[in-house]
Amino acid sequence: MKEQLAKIRAEALAAFEGAADAAGLDALRVKYLGKKGELTGVLKMMGKLSPEERPVMGQLANDVRAALENALEACSKKLEAAALERRLRDEALDVTIPGKPVALGHQHPMNIALDELKDIFIGMGFTVMDGPEVELAELNFDRLNAGEGHPSRDWSDTFYFDTGSRVMLRSQTSPMQVRAMDTMPLPIRIVAPGRVYRKDEVDATHSPMFHQVEGMVIDKGVTMADLKGTLNAVAEKLFGEGTVTRFRPHHFPFTEPSCEMDIQCHKCGGAGCPTCKGEGWIELLGAGMVHPRVLEMSGIDPEVYSGWAFGMGLERTALRRFRIDDLRLIFENDVRFLEQF
Amino acid sequence: MKLSRKWLNEFVAVDANDKEFAEAMTLSGSKVETTEDLGAEIKNVVVGRIRKMERHPDSDHMWVCRVDVGQNEPVQIVTGAWNIHEGDLVPVALHKAVLPGGKKIERGKLRGVLSDGMLCSLSELGLDERDFPYAAITAAALLNDYKPIDPEKPSIPAGIKPGDKVCGPVICAGVANVSSAGDGKWECTLIRTEDDSPCATTLVTDCQNLHQWDLVAYNTKTNTICTLADLHAEQREFPHCINDGIFVLHEDCQPGDDIRPVINADDHVVEFEITPNRPDCLSVIGLAREVSATFDTPLTLHEPVVKGGGAGNLAELLDVETPDPDLCPRYTARMVRGVKIGPSPKWMRERLRSMGVRPINNIVDITNYVMLEYGQPMHAFDYRYVKGGKIIVRRAREGEELTTLDGNVRKLTPNMLVIADETRAVGLAGIMGGENSEIVDDTVDVVFESANFDGTCIRKAALSLGMRTEASAKFEKGLDPLNTLPAVNRACELVELLGAGEVIDGVIDVLNHVPQPRTITMDPVRVNALLGTDIHATDMYCYLERVEILTENHDFPNGPAQVSIPSWRGDVEGIADLAEEVARFHGYNNIPVTLQRGETTQGGYSPVQQAERRLGSLCRSCGYSEIITYSFISPTCYDKIGWAPDEPLRNSLKILNPLGEDTSIMRTTTLPSMLDILARNYSYRSRDVRLYEIGRVYLPGGPDGLANEPRMLTLGAYGEGYDFFTMKGAVESVLRDLRIAGAAFRACQDDPSYHPGRCAGVYAGEKLLGVMGQIHPAVAANYGVDCELYCAELSFEALLEAQGPGAEYHPLPRFPAVSRDIAVVCGEEVTVGELEACIRKAGGRLLRDVVLFDIYRGQGVAGGSKSVAFSMTLRADDRSITAAEADGEVKDILTALEQELGATLR
Repeated sequence: MKEQLAKIRAEALAAFEGAADAAGLDALRVKYLGKKGELTGVLKMMGKLSPEERPVMGQLANDVRAALENALEACSKKLEAAALERRLRDEALDVTIPGKPVALGHQHPMNIALDELKDIFIGMGFTVMDGPEVELAELNFDRLNAGEGHPSRDWSDTFYFDTGSRVMLRSQTSPMQVRAMDTMPLPIRIVAPGRVYRKDEVDATHSPMFHQVEGMVIDKGVTMADLKGTLNAVAEKLFGEGTVTRFRPHHFPFTEPSCEMDIQCHKCGGAGCPTCKGEGWIELLGAGMVHPRVLEMSGIDPEVYSGWAFGMGLERTALRRFRIDDLRLIFENDVRFLEQF
Repeated sequence: MKLSRKWLNEFVAVDANDKEFAEAMTLSGSKVETTEDLGAEIKNVVVGRIRKMERHPDSDHMWVCRVDVGQNEPVQIVTGAWNIHEGDLVPVALHKAVLPGGKKIERGKLRGVLSDGMLCSLSELGLDERDFPYAAITAAALLNDYKPIDPEKPSIPAGIKPGDKVCGPVICAGVANVSSAGDGKWECTLIRTEDDSPCATTLVTDCQNLHQWDLVAYNTKTNTICTLADLHAEQREFPHCINDGIFVLHEDCQPGDDIRPVINADDHVVEFEITPNRPDCLSVIGLAREVSATFDTPLTLHEPVVKGGGAGNLAELLDVETPDPDLCPRYTARMVRGVKIGPSPKWMRERLRSMGVRPINNIVDITNYVMLEYGQPMHAFDYRYVKGGKIIVRRAREGEELTTLDGNVRKLTPNMLVIADETRAVGLAGIMGGENSEIVDDTVDVVFESANFDGTCIRKAALSLGMRTEASAKFEKGLDPLNTLPAVNRACELVELLGAGEVIDGVIDVLNHVPQPRTITMDPVRVNALLGTDIHATDMYCYLERVEILTENHDFPNGPAQVSIPSWRGDVEGIADLAEEVARFHGYNNIPVTLQRGETTQGGYSPVQQAERRLGSLCRSCGYSEIITYSFISPTCYDKIGWAPDEPLRNSLKILNPLGEDTSIMRTTTLPSMLDILARNYSYRSRDVRLYEIGRVYLPGGPDGLANEPRMLTLGAYGEGYDFFTMKGAVESVLRDLRIAGAAFRACQDDPSYHPGRCAGVYAGEKLLGVMGQIHPAVAANYGVDCELYCAELSFEALLEAQGPGAEYHPLPRFPAVSRDIAVVCGEEVTVGELEACIRKAGGRLLRDVVLFDIYRGQGVAGGSKSVAFSMTLRADDRSITAAEADGEVKDILTALEQELGATLR
């Protein structure tokens, strides 16, 4: 019997090792360990043994069963692992096949530039303000110190809705300065982006409709140094840290002193190249200290309050930001263009 | 405004190079646009003297010249030009020279003879006869150059010889000798045979192409040498007798000299952008003041001195009336008699030309010169055409006509100011002179006008006549009335300097408005407060002094003090202007940089702006790209989108002066803009396009005569597989994102822009939010599109109003749900919306969701009917429901469907 057990053990272990798959292994389990299996068959003969032999053989038989069960489990695990490996191998994909498309919309580049600007100013405590595009000439011109006879009031430059030149399409976002002063409590810190209109034929650098951002600060003790500080910070955020700027005297009817702000050409670093037309600098915006007369007309005492304001063309900023070479692309809305942003 | 650096140097000596000069001027407020080095392109071109000329051994028309170019040995140059002679000074482009336009000159051989360079013509140096009138060339018709048009029938026989008759009094003569007679003329000895005996004649001629042994056509009657014109010959008959050739220099220069200074190509011309508040800078003197202030270098101005003494009494000869004194604050005039019209001298022509003004004649050039120098427009007119010796500066009469100097007949109105005599207008004040009083070659007596006119009047007149001139552009900005007298005196001084005529003593000066010296208050404390600087008061007064803003208080106090403003600085009115003057010369870039101080403000977006941003971002996440379209459209757009002629929304704001019909009205709908862009992309063959715009429409009737400008969210799309429900899905996403309650879509058959069977009104409860659907095929066809276009137009304001409350958490279900699917058969007329509404109504508290999952027509379903299948979710919050409970509820639903809509379980 002892020999029988040893034989079963040796045979079974060899058979388990040789099993090709889970089913084969299971058949072997039945063959050796099942109710009618070989080991069970041997155990059934235990009754014929003497009481002395019985516990010895019993122990031996249990050892064999345990050994077989352990071997069975180990083989089963091995087979499972092999099967998984095979499955994974079969499931392998060509990962270079393109993904399933998810339609993504794109923001218009001009509004990308605008959103950047708005966020910068909001971070500095500015409120974003909206206003009408069909505007009174009084707000667009008179209240901004551009009285009768100012050339930009001409019908060759500005669109009008009545023969009395009273109602017009705003030619600048600057009337928002007046609207802010008329409606908001002091101190004022606003930016006002929006559409503006001038009588320019469409070409690579002109459009009868374009966008500006106006900004204004009015408070006690506001200085030109504040203007420079704020606009420098804006330039750095827009065009990167270390952006070099310069301020040049200029003229606007509603600011005094007035200036234009240039940024140093990113391409040539100021040496002069085709991008900056050899100047080394690229004009970014116009600004200045709010003209005392403009403050007075809005009922603000220039002896107590002062302010600064700026206006910048958005299209030009967007064109520069994305290196777009033709303004017409902005309003053409070709999807092949829009999808690049 | 252009500025010649050479001319500038007459007033202020600055030796900064172009870059330094441009930078300094730009930073002090006179922005430099460009700087042109007039001679930048010219290299290795020198003055040469022709020592010896020989005919080319192997050519019938070329000369081989030995030219002294200031080197040890003369150079040899071959030329085809015939207007040169031994002893002439000429421009020589040496080996490796470069000419304007980048043309390179190299040593080479011409018909086997070495040429070490090239002799240059005017045009090869970038010049023309206006720059050097003396360089005009007159060519004689040389009979030895004659090429008959028809070889069979020559008009001049091949073997013609001196003495032979050419035609009429014209005979053939040989050139025996040519020598300069000075002043560009030549003394020429001609020989011929007369009555078999040799006969010599010496005459002086303008023709420059004569050389020994040439045969000329000599007119015995007039004693002249014939040109091509005299013989009525064509150029091709005398191919080398052309009115062109080498530029023979009559300048003070030596062989070997660089040509550039000789032809004024050593000047540098700076172009400035002058802001409209500084009309004083539209002149050499004005800019010289700025240069002097910028570089802190003294300014040397010149006081014109007129000798006068011309015959006659000005008061008797000329009378000036100004019936509209407000339009003519000042009128100053002087007179010159015995004028000799001719070209002006080289220095004057060079200066005019460097500033972009074409030289014409001495008198006209003087007026232009003074305008450039003083910034004061001047006009000269011929006294003989001033009838009655009276100048009247008056408003034009309605319908009065004047032919201006440019030859155009101008119809005038009383809003325009004219210069007139007793009978008629002779000039358009401040804009352009009249043809009827133009300076012409035989003008003898000249009136110089130097006036000050009302800027607005001049601007409006120039604008309505469409003739903005150099003069009107200056007047419209408002000029210094004190400038008229020095300007007219300068003109007279130049007349005397040029020997162009006799100036009559005295000046007519009508002063309707006497400008008063102006003083304003300067206050260094306030200037520092405005600039954020700490500039010393003394320094501020120094800066102001540079621009001639002066104080009499030489303590230079830190507090208020009076300063006087020069008459040409009308733009300086208050403390802010003084602050700018101080800042300009202190340097804007020396103003410190500080960050915002004072009370902090909370910045941010308004709820409306936030909603706009959120909507945009949602549209993009749905795959729609943003577009930006024009606010103005063509009135025909309303026809294109199928609107009825009486559609109330056709009432649009009209631009009275639009760029064109296409952009002439303010849109009351965004649909045409979207359709335009869809159509454009369709024509570009883009296959799948999804777009959105958040843009305004402009409705008449806003406050204060303005517009109401509500915003619209417009979606537009087309592409493979894109259908009504794709667009509806996008709209539903928008509604869901805004948590709009009670959203509903109702069929809309009467929107003319949309397919009547594929259009829905979008509602929140009973409130209309907008419309969506397939664009009517006829409308799509109007836009040249033959595929299905889908659009949605939603009122941004209505969406915002319908916006639901912010998110609130509902506990997640703790008990399982039971799902039941049903399919019912109903008539085609029953809509899915009605079925769904019925199910929701009939379902009890257990019904949580209803989802359509199939619509089937065909086998097994009777014609005119459809099978609609829904999946329903049933659940209780407090327990697991039983199958019996669920079935009971489904039964109620089926009963309701059958009773209310005749839909039976399939």
